[in-house]
Amino acid sequence: MSTSTTTDSRSRGKAPAGERIADWADGRLGIYSLAKANMRKIFPDHWSFMLGEICMYSFIIIILTGVYLTLFFHPSMNEVEYHGSYVPLQGQLMSEAFNSTLHISFEVRGGLLIRQIHHWAALIFIAGMFVHMMRVFFTGAFRKPREINWLFGFLLLVLGMFTGFTGYSLPDDLLSGTGVRFTQGAILSVPIVGTYISMFLFGGEFPGGDFVARFYSIHILLLPGIMLGLMVAHLILVFYHKHTQFAGPGKTNTNVVGMPLLPVYMAKAGGFFFLVFGVIALIAGIASINPIWALGPYRPDQVSTGAQPDWYMGFAEGLVRAMPGWEINFWGHTLVLGVFIPLVLFGLLLGVIAVYPFIESWVTGDKREHHILDRPRNAPTRTAFGVAWATAYLVGLLGGGNDIIATHFHMSLNAVTWFVRIAFFVGPVVAFIITKRICLGLQRRDKEKVLHGRESGIIKRLPHGEFIEVHEPLSQEQLHTLTAHEQYKPAEIGPTVDENGVERKVKRSEKLRAKLSESYYGEDSQIAKPTAEEYREITSGHGHH
Amino acid sequence: MSSQDIPEKNLPAEQGHAHGAVGTVEGDPFADPGMPPHEHRIQDIDERAAKRSERVVALLFTVSMLATIGFIASYVAIPHDKSIYLFPLGHISAQNFALGVTLGVALFTIGAGAVHWARTLMSDVEIADERHAIEAPAEVSEKVKADFRLGAEESQLGRRKLIRNTMFGALALVPLSGVVLLRDLGPLPEEKLRHTIWRKGKLLVNMNTDEPLRPSDVAVGSLTFAKPEGLEEHDHDFQNEIAKAALMIVRLQPDDIKDKRELEWSHEGIVAYSKICTHVGCPISLYEQQTHHVLCPCHQSTFDLSDGARVIFGPAGHALPQLRIGVNDEGYLEALGDFEEPVGPAFWERG
Ligand code: HEM
Ligand code: FES
Repeated sequence: MSTSTTTDSRSRGKAPAGERIADWADGRLGIYSLAKANMRKIFPDHWSFMLGEICMYSFIIIILTGVYLTLFFHPSMNEVEYHGSYVPLQGQLMSEAFNSTLHISFEVRGGLLIRQIHHWAALIFIAGMFVHMMRVFFTGAFRKPREINWLFGFLLLVLGMFTGFTGYSLPDDLLSGTGVRFTQGAILSVPIVGTYISMFLFGGEFPGGDFVARFYSIHILLLPGIMLGLMVAHLILVFYHKHTQFAGPGKTNTNVVGMPLLPVYMAKAGGFFFLVFGVIALIAGIASINPIWALGPYRPDQVSTGAQPDWYMGFAEGLVRAMPGWEINFWGHTLVLGVFIPLVLFGLLLGVIAVYPFIESWVTGDKREHHILDRPRNAPTRTAFGVAWATAYLVGLLGGGNDIIATHFHMSLNAVTWFVRIAFFVGPVVAFIITKRICLGLQRRDKEKVLHGRESGIIKRLPHGEFIEVHEPLSQEQLHTLTAHEQYKPAEIGPTVDENGVERKVKRSEKLRAKLSESYYGEDSQIAKPTAEEYREITSGHGHH
Repeated sequence: MSSQDIPEKNLPAEQGHAHGAVGTVEGDPFADPGMPPHEHRIQDIDERAAKRSERVVALLFTVSMLATIGFIASYVAIPHDKSIYLFPLGHISAQNFALGVTLGVALFTIGAGAVHWARTLMSDVEIADERHAIEAPAEVSEKVKADFRLGAEESQLGRRKLIRNTMFGALALVPLSGVVLLRDLGPLPEEKLRHTIWRKGKLLVNMNTDEPLRPSDVAVGSLTFAKPEGLEEHDHDFQNEIAKAALMIVRLQPDDIKDKRELEWSHEGIVAYSKICTHVGCPISLYEQQTHHVLCPCHQSTFDLSDGARVIFGPAGHALPQLRIGVNDEGYLEALGDFEEPVGPAFWERG
């Protein structure tokens, strides 16, 4: 009793209003315990850690502007005649969806701006996720304990692509309708169930009168709802695991060095939201995007030339364009390989992203937690693999614009297509080899630096006339940073004979693992980092000029 | 070897003890020296510099306020149909430009102010926090597993197989209702993709003029788009029907037609082909007079109209379907039936 009276009198006395509200909330929500762990939580600083923030902020911007658009957009395919203020389209038949998008663009003040912010933010959102993902990949931040968060991120990327696709299909303009037709054609190529999926998705034959309304609920409710959940889970895990950090003086696998959430990180991250929003608003004010009035309403028998999807679908587009038109007819059925193979490849290339962390941890057999990031050069095979993937992706993207490339550079379309076909297979291999070599070269240079110091640029003449460049020894901080990475040894198959002398069968998977491990960590795949002995030998002898 | 072997000058002054956090291996030249000492910024030392930072931050916030006022003013004052010329953007909507720029500036300066404040005035001392293993300590995980076993036992789920099996059965079946409910999303495919509204005797109507075509309307070298008589833009199912029935018509020299069936199905060198690409269904729109090639703008499939519209380039898998045409008593071009094969993209049941 007595304690409660004292607290009461205290809060009724001088405590400022904010604190009283916080006390009130704590009594009901227990916020102080939450804040104790998090208010001064430490966040390491590195420019590449902002990439994830760009994604989060553009997602928030998308939701804000998307809700605004729903106030004016009519997700209906009913046919209406246009009587709005855009003269060239007056009297034309179009769907209500297209009509209302014109209304948003021309009559609602600021409507065009919000539409353009929504679209630009969507492009930046997905580009941001790609780059963020690459950051996580090339630094090995996906390793234990963060594999699940990698999967969350992967799902966000895939769902983001589909949300974007359903979104730009909503205005029902000539360009997006062509994209929807493409999708429907691709669905038809699916063996056995293709026609059924198409009929069910479109409520009958293409285009029917349903898809805008259906895409609408998928676009504004289903997918964003799932994504919001995933994003919250993603962030909770980032908090819970604590952020990774690069090796450096004072930074270990068991600590996290940086600045506290309150105030520095909050000010920087909060400020960064406004920076991102500001830049996107500026872009949307200056650069037009998806001017649907110039394209006109969708008609299945009309098309605009140079039809291009938003950039993140360009890769799928490229695969479809480069694929030869294989079709196999048998027993009254058609296997539309020319379309179905690109569809499957698209899924596979994305799927590889999802499973990569599990493959790598299987190869290393490493069950420990990793909180110190790799420098990409110190994981040459992983880095090379990532660059090979990106190369395949870029070749696909390039293929998606084969007509533009051909006309722009005055090349034959045939040649461009053949280039894409070959480069899709050869490019990644070449990229893999080159990247690995570059990584090894950089490792050698690091080793060199550790053992012989940094080139100072000062030339000195020795007494006997020889010129040498003075090498400055590195500081302890630098020495530590350059040698902090771990190097795995290739996994071995182990004795094939057990203690009783009985030969045991070596499983295929074991052999594969040993092979992969060799290619990851074998002699050709990493430069042994300098040892203390090497260092001492050199520095104590002739090391310091 | 000991640390004595390392040249004196390569040893950091306070190796490993700076912040005391890290234990170094005796004499390891690569040992972690611990966090470097904090370096002061000019604002930490010089109050005048700090004041300057304060003013910059305040200025940025003030600019934001002004920009918001500018935003509201643009919203009210600028007519929404006014367009301005702005190099190098060309003609753009004045209001969109003004709203975007003012909103952008209003937001950006808040962000810039906050970041500048954080970088120059807030403490930039780095702090180390400990991490703890994510996985629970052994006794916790043992306790949880024991609790679970106890709970599972108390439920008797493992012992009473009948309950278990029927429960799994019920839970597995109940989502089926949800699946069944999806049945009415659309009709079954049946023969829908095999037929169009073309019938024997339907006239070929010029898409542009809305007039029935006579052979004399189709000039050599031109590409004419046509639709079946009776299909009007206002019709309820216009989009669905035109998506399959759209035609393209060209006139060739009968001698140039290489394919025998094509010649049979043509009229005085006039041939009618489906306009819908057999790849994934874009409408074909480009025609090259000399070669009689048509090109689909979507993925550049190219068809040779003088040779049964077979694919000569690109990802399409089969030729464009041809419509058999003739001339009726009044001299108009008419269809002599529906397409003999499905138009548009291929599908499993196509055969
Ligand atoms: C999460 C990711 C999202 C992405 C990537 C995305 C992307 C897009 C894109 C690219 C468009 C086409 C805009 C254009 O016409 O140029 C669009 C349209 C639209 N979006 Fe979203 N969107 C997302 C979430 C949302 C949400 C949460 C809402 C509403 C709550 C929403 C509401 C709308 C509406 C109403 C339209 C049609 C209006 C129009 O096109 O002008 N979107 N979306
Ligand atoms: S739809 Fe015609 S080439 Fe793809």
